[in-house]
Amino acid sequence: MQFLSGNEAIAQGAWEAGARIGAAYPGTPSTETMQAFAAKEGVYAEWAPNEKVAVEVGVGASAAGARVLCTMKHVGVNVAADPLFTAAYTGVNGGLVVLAADDPGMHSSQNEQDSRFYAMGARIPMMEPSDSAEALQFTKAAFELSERFDLPFFIRSTVRISHAKCPVEVGEREEVELRHYSKDPSKWVMMPANAKPRRLELDRRLAEVRAWAETCEFNQVIEGSSEVGIICTGAVYQYVADAMPEASILKLGVAWPIPEGKVREFAVSVDRVYVVEEASDYLSMQVKAAGVKLSDTVQPLPCYGELSPLAIAKAFGKPVPEHIDAQTDLPGRPPALCCGCPHRIVFKELTKQRAIITGDIGCYTLGALPPLGAMETTVDMGASISMAHGFELVMQGTKHRPIVGVIGDSTFGHSGITSLLNTAYNNGAGTICILDNRTTAMTGHQGNCFNGITLQGRPSREMNIEAIVRALGIEDVKTVDPNDMLATRDAIKKAIANENELSVLIFRSPCALLRDSFQRKKPYEVTSGCIGCGVCVSIGCPALSRDPQTGTAMIDRDQCVGCGQCQQYCHYASIVQED
Amino acid sequence: MTAQPTVYSDNATTILLAGVGGQGTILAADLLAKTAMANGLQVKLSEIHGMSQRGGAVTTVVRIGEKVNSMVCCEGCADYLLSFETTEALRNIQFLKKDGTLLVNDESIKPLPVLTGKATMPENLKDRLNDYNAHLVPATRLARIAGTTKCANVVLLGALAAGLPFSTESWEEQIRAKVPPKTIDINIKAFHAGMECVQE
Repeated sequence: MQFLSGNEAIAQGAWEAGARIGAAYPGTPSTETMQAFAAKEGVYAEWAPNEKVAVEVGVGASAAGARVLCTMKHVGVNVAADPLFTAAYTGVNGGLVVLAADDPGMHSSQNEQDSRFYAMGARIPMMEPSDSAEALQFTKAAFELSERFDLPFFIRSTVRISHAKCPVEVGEREEVELRHYSKDPSKWVMMPANAKPRRLELDRRLAEVRAWAETCEFNQVIEGSSEVGIICTGAVYQYVADAMPEASILKLGVAWPIPEGKVREFAVSVDRVYVVEEASDYLSMQVKAAGVKLSDTVQPLPCYGELSPLAIAKAFGKPVPEHIDAQTDLPGRPPALCCGCPHRIVFKELTKQRAIITGDIGCYTLGALPPLGAMETTVDMGASISMAHGFELVMQGTKHRPIVGVIGDSTFGHSGITSLLNTAYNNGAGTICILDNRTTAMTGHQGNCFNGITLQGRPSREMNIEAIVRALGIEDVKTVDPNDMLATRDAIKKAIANENELSVLIFRSPCALLRDSFQRKKPYEVTSGCIGCGVCVSIGCPALSRDPQTGTAMIDRDQCVGCGQCQQYCHYASIVQED
Repeated sequence: MTAQPTVYSDNATTILLAGVGGQGTILAADLLAKTAMANGLQVKLSEIHGMSQRGGAVTTVVRIGEKVNSMVCCEGCADYLLSFETTEALRNIQFLKKDGTLLVNDESIKPLPVLTGKATMPENLKDRLNDYNAHLVPATRLARIAGTTKCANVVLLGALAAGLPFSTESWEEQIRAKVPPKTIDINIKAFHAGMECVQE
C-alpha cells in the first residue's frame, strides 16, 4: 500500500500497463505525473517544448508500436487539440493515453475550462477517476482499451484528484511487447482521400466504445432511495457520497461517451434525477441529450468554482452546520515574486518607462500584482509577443506609450518563438523582454530547451536564445544582467527609443530558488540615514517593509537573501550590507 | 446543546492545516497522514500547489477515519484547525466546527500589502483568537529550544497530536522515517515540546 497523489497513481498505472514512452509539458495540476513516470524503471520520458509537440511525439511512438503516456493541464489540451482531433481518426498502434488535468476553482490557471468537451469534440473516449486508487486502475485499463478500440484514451483529473493523496494498492509492471508497425497510408496519412473513409471508420469504432460503455465496470450504480438519483463523475462523486448518503448514485467512470441506455435506465429507477457537476454544464447537457428530464435542486448549484459536500447539501435544501462568519477585515496574502527574484528590477524599470506591458504565463505573471502592477495583459502561453504586435499595429504612427512584451524562457520555447517569428516576418516593432531565469520555475523548476536539463538527466544542449532571435533577422538584440539596475534601465530605454525596429532584450539570471544559485549573501540593513521616501519598498520585496509610524524602511534579515536590489534604488545610501 | 448537522456521512475527522507558503505545512500534513495510516485508518490529504506557493496563503486538508470520501474541508466542519500563523487562523476560522479545536502558532507573518503600507494587520489578533478559544503555541520559541526554528512545524504537529488517539511511539516512528537523519533528535524534541505545551 502506498500513499499516492492522483498524479503519482496515474504514472504508476501507466508504468504497470507497460507504457514505455512519456512526453509532456509541465502545467499545474498535471506536472508531477510525468515526473513520477520518468522516475520509474524501463521507461523513456521527456519534456517537450509544448503540449502539441508532446502529443505528436506520443502519436508517433504509438504508431511505432509502444504504449505512450502524454500529460498536460487543461489549457495544454487547447495547444494539443490539433493532433488530438486527427489522432481520433488515425487511431493508435500501441495504446496512447492522454491526461487532461483540469483546475476548477482556478487555483493556478487562467481559465476554468472543462476538458470533457474536448473528449466529445474530438471523439476521444475519456475516463474520469474519483480518487488515486481509481486513477491507477483507470489509467492501466485505458492502455488496453486504447488498443482494443484503436483510439487514444483521455484520463481526466481535476486538482482534487491530481493533488489529493490516499492509500493505493500498487502492482507489478506488465511487460508489453512492441506492436509491429507496417506502412498503412489509409490509417496514418490523413489527407482527404484517406480521412473521409477514416471518418466513417471512426464512427464504427465509437459504436463499439458506446456499446462497451453501457456494461463496463467503470460506470457504477450505487443503490439508495428510489426518490433521488444523482449522476456525477470524478471528485464530485465523493462530495455527493458524503452530502447525499441516502440517494441513488450513477457514478460515471467513462465521462465520454456516456452510457445513454444506462443513464435512461437509472433515470426511470428514481422519482427525481439530478446531475451534480463542477464549474460546467457538460454532463447535464449529455444527460439531457440522452432524453432524460432533470429535476432542479432546491437552490441552484454554483455554476463556477469547486463544489464541496456543503455546496451540495445546501443545493438540496439540507441543514448545514453553523459556522463562525468569515473575517472580512484581514489583509490579503497574495503570492509574490521571491526575495532575490531576477524579474523584479525589470518590472520596476518597465513601469518607470510607463510601458504597456503585455505579459505571459509563469512566475513573472506575479509582476502584475501591486506594488509593481507591471503587466496589462495575460491571456495564454506566448501571447505576450503576439499581443504586443497587435498593440503596435493599432498604435503605430500615434503618440503612444512604449509597448513591451514580457515572456519567460520556457514560455518562449513553448510558443513565444512562433509569435516572434510572426512579428519579425511582418516587420513589426516594439520591445520584447525574454526573462531567462534558466528554468521552468512556477511549476517547480523543470528543465527546458534553454537550460539543457532533460527530464531523465540525459545529456542535452542549451539552446542559444540570442542566436535564435538573430536568426529571425532581428538585429537589435542585447543580453543584460537583470540584477544590475542601471544596466537594465539603460537597455530598456535604448530599446524603447528604437521605435521603428523590433528590439529583443534577454535578461539572464537564474531563479532565486534554484539551489545552486541560491547562495545567500550577507543580508542588508537600513541605516539611520533613511528618510522614509518609500522608493525601495515600491519594488515589492517580501523582506522589505516600512515602519508604520516613521515610514522608514525595515529589512527582515531572516528573509533577506543579500541580492542588493533594494540598495540600488536608495538615493540616500542608507541601505548597506551587514559586515 | 443540540448536535450540529453534518455534510460528511463518512464521519471522518477533518483537520485543516493553514499557513504561508514555505512554512512546512505539507510535511506536517504528510506525517499526520502516515501516522493515521500506520494506525489502520483510511486517509485523504488534499493540497494546493502552484501560484499559491510563492509566499501566498496555503491550506492542506487531512481527513482520517474508518472510511473517507471527500478530500476537502467545508465551512463549520474542521474538527481541528491547525494554523501556522495568526492571520491565517482568522482567514480560515469559518471552517472550524462548533466546539472544534483551534491550535495557532502565536507568530504573525506580515503579507506584502502590509509590508508596502497598503494594508494593516488586524488589531488585537490574539484577543480575537482567544475569543475563539484558541490554544496559542509559541512554536518558533519551542523549536529554537529544541535546536532549530526550522522545526516549528513539528512543534505544531505535536500540539495537534495531543488531541489525537495515536500513541507517541507511532508519531515518533513516522518522524524518524521522514526527516533527515541528522535532525531526528531535534524533531522528536520539538514534537514533544508541542505536545506538552497543549497538555499543560
